[in-house]
Amino acid sequence: MNWFQNWMLPKAAATHAGDVDGLYMFIVYLTIFFFFFNGALIVYAVRRWRRRSAKEVTPHITHNTKMELIWSIIPLFVVMGIFFWGFKGYVKAWVPPNDSMEIVVTAKKWVWQFEYPDGTRTLNDLHVPLNKPVKLVMHSEDVIHSFFVPSFRLKRDVIPGRYTELWFTPTEPGVQQVFCAEYCGKGHSDMLARIFVDTPEQYETFLREGDEQVRKMPLKELGKLVYENKGCATCHSLDGTRGQGPSWKGIWGETGKGADGKPYTVDANYIRQSVLQPQAVVVQGFEPIMPTFQGLLREREILGVIEFIKSVK
Amino acid sequence: MADTLTTHGNGHAAHHGDYLEDPKGLASWLTTVDHKRIGLMYMWSVFFFFLVGGIFALLVRIELLTPKQTIMTAEMYNRVFTLHGAIMVFLVIIPAIPAALGNFALPLLLGAKDVAFPKLNLASLYVYWTGALMAVTTLALGGVDTGWTFYTPYSSTTGGGVTLMVLAAFVLGFSSIFTGVNFIATIHKLRAPGMGWFEMPLFCWGMYSTALIQILATPVLAITLLLLCMERVLSIGIFDPQLGGDPVLFQHFFWFYSHPAVYIMILPAFAVISEVIPTFSKKTIFGYKAIAFSSVAIALLGFLVWAHHMFTAGMSLFAGAIFSFITFFIAIPSAIKVFNWIATMWRGSISLEAPMLHAISFLLIFTIGGLTGLFLAALSTDVHLHDTYFVVSHFHYVMAGSNLIAFLAGIHYWWPKMFGRMYNKRLAAIGAALVFIGFNATFLPQFVLGSRGMPRRYYNYLPEFQSLHVASTIGSWILASGLFLIGAYLLASLRQPKGVAANPWGGRTLEWETDSPPTTHNFEGQPVLQHGPYDYRANPAPVGVEEHIH
Repeated sequence: MNWFQNWMLPKAAATHAGDVDGLYMFIVYLTIFFFFFNGALIVYAVRRWRRRSAKEVTPHITHNTKMELIWSIIPLFVVMGIFFWGFKGYVKAWVPPNDSMEIVVTAKKWVWQFEYPDGTRTLNDLHVPLNKPVKLVMHSEDVIHSFFVPSFRLKRDVIPGRYTELWFTPTEPGVQQVFCAEYCGKGHSDMLARIFVDTPEQYETFLREGDEQVRKMPLKELGKLVYENKGCATCHSLDGTRGQGPSWKGIWGETGKGADGKPYTVDANYIRQSVLQPQAVVVQGFEPIMPTFQGLLREREILGVIEFIKSVK
Repeated sequence: MADTLTTHGNGHAAHHGDYLEDPKGLASWLTTVDHKRIGLMYMWSVFFFFLVGGIFALLVRIELLTPKQTIMTAEMYNRVFTLHGAIMVFLVIIPAIPAALGNFALPLLLGAKDVAFPKLNLASLYVYWTGALMAVTTLALGGVDTGWTFYTPYSSTTGGGVTLMVLAAFVLGFSSIFTGVNFIATIHKLRAPGMGWFEMPLFCWGMYSTALIQILATPVLAITLLLLCMERVLSIGIFDPQLGGDPVLFQHFFWFYSHPAVYIMILPAFAVISEVIPTFSKKTIFGYKAIAFSSVAIALLGFLVWAHHMFTAGMSLFAGAIFSFITFFIAIPSAIKVFNWIATMWRGSISLEAPMLHAISFLLIFTIGGLTGLFLAALSTDVHLHDTYFVVSHFHYVMAGSNLIAFLAGIHYWWPKMFGRMYNKRLAAIGAALVFIGFNATFLPQFVLGSRGMPRRYYNYLPEFQSLHVASTIGSWILASGLFLIGAYLLASLRQPKGVAANPWGGRTLEWETDSPPTTHNFEGQPVLQHGPYDYRANPAPVGVEEHIH
């Protein structure tokens, strides 16, 4: 019945996921069993005792204490078993080992920001080493979000004004999907992140230089990647559609006036300033809501964004 | 009120006009204190809002046909699913069985002339209409995009008509409280002579348990919603951390009402099913007391489990364990009921009329709805499934599947009593089958979607989820076609002349001993209980033959 489990659940990729899957499948089979059991009883009763004449008389059976005790006590034992099984798994998923690496997660509409012990910060991409326990210390800057990793079978709400924690030990190298699971408005369903489960060497390289792909990429492509992965796309369209911020279509070389009336020209320095100090010039008609990307983008990535904007026509 | 009630026992000589036509005129309906008329007006209102909420549901399903935009923008989608939820919960499911069917049937089942406080009953209807009007007005204010749960701080910071929608829910709560107060007083004081607590039809026990929750839990919702309004309008920091509040506190308050409210939605379903199954099995109910007490047990336990909606919200480990543990106990009375209903059918004389078909649908759908609750009561599996389509599917199985189908069973059961007319039974069988198939086709795929990780309230989704979404959307069309068919033949039946016998199903409860439709005062004289509600031993009532008490 492996295919059945593989169809219902994403591939397990963290240490305690197997325990959750065991309980999940147990209740699945229990549900299927009782559905067909009750169904069979009903079908049998309807066929066997279908009314054939209006004069039929039925036996007057008011109750049967023995039967009623049986179908109260057996389910009681079953659900108590399920309770303890679920409780055990929850405790395991609750208490992180002392040697866990801590990563700080900040959620805001509609991006995930990760800060590593050495101060490196990333947006929407979380790099973690394989087979090492990782503890996420999470908080939100606006409304409630929820950090959900289906393949780890883990989820924890991310709440403004307090910290919540989540820990895991990834067991499969590769990329795992992260969703925001608590409704947070317009961009809720785009508030995705990816967890890159790295080998120790890959992880070291990542901390030093950013990931390999990024290092070898031509500037324009790097800019496009930044646009897609660092949250620019949430507010800035490429096709002229008005979003939370101005569209990038054809803006290279454009001139205009900021909210305070100061003129500006979209050139390399303007873009650099907009990325690092977004509040310095706010285009008229838009809210000053863009967060700063200071410390979030490497120099080469900012150059990439400039090259990419040049190419959006 | 000067009509004589003294023509005891002679139903033929002094026939009053039936309640539908005596007195005539719109004004007489709008000022009536007759529980049957109020029940009917509730019913038509519920039908109307069910249509509106259903159209929103179909729009949601169509939007989800493709992973990106299909027919509407993300903002629009968020408003549509919020209105679907808010309308279905506050305007349809909560009033459906208690206020519509309960108002109509409860006094008849008790052998009473009306509810204990008829004017309060009419007031509850007007309060309901006021709340409904407020809810609909939010559309003009730019809609509401918070989800029906109004979680803070999103709800205290987003724009649109949130304040008005929250006040609408506040006002609707009072209609619910009025109905609850009325039912409790009615059941205590107006039972027919000879009807002890354990001679009451089980429908009344279900209504009693529901009413307990309505009057105990609804005020907490009212307080919570008022606090939310104060925060939005006066910027008093209660839930919003920006103002010094605690957002998780809102969840505790909200679910302290809204979890018991889930039982406001399901206990009435149990109540209807407990009437339908004995009547169409022509056999006494199996385990009367077990069913009665399990309703009360669910109503009371329902107050102790609210935080099982918050296992991922950052509660302590200990609190999580307690709430999970108590939640499992609700499984037991639920299981007892299902087995008792099946045992009632055992060795019965079963006829598959439309109400019974819906009751059987209910048994199967509630089995799935109840058992899938185990995944969410258990801590470790809930962490994975919380806020995914698994939860969406589970609560639709309970709140929509079980409650709605029990409502349909009740409508089909009492329709001839309400209107004195019978619907087309062949179409009714087709309608019941379409609803059953359509419902399962819509929601079974959502269990798999959720287990695979599809979060709820998602406008865009990953392409890997599309095939299951398409299956679900096609299911929603089958379900809708079944519901439209049912609506059509029910309406069509009203064009026939009245001519249904007093007791078309051969039931043994008191409502079948008066005319179809009943007179304004329900009974010719005070009925006296002669036998238990499900006693089919002596003098079995022949199908289709009118019976009178003498």
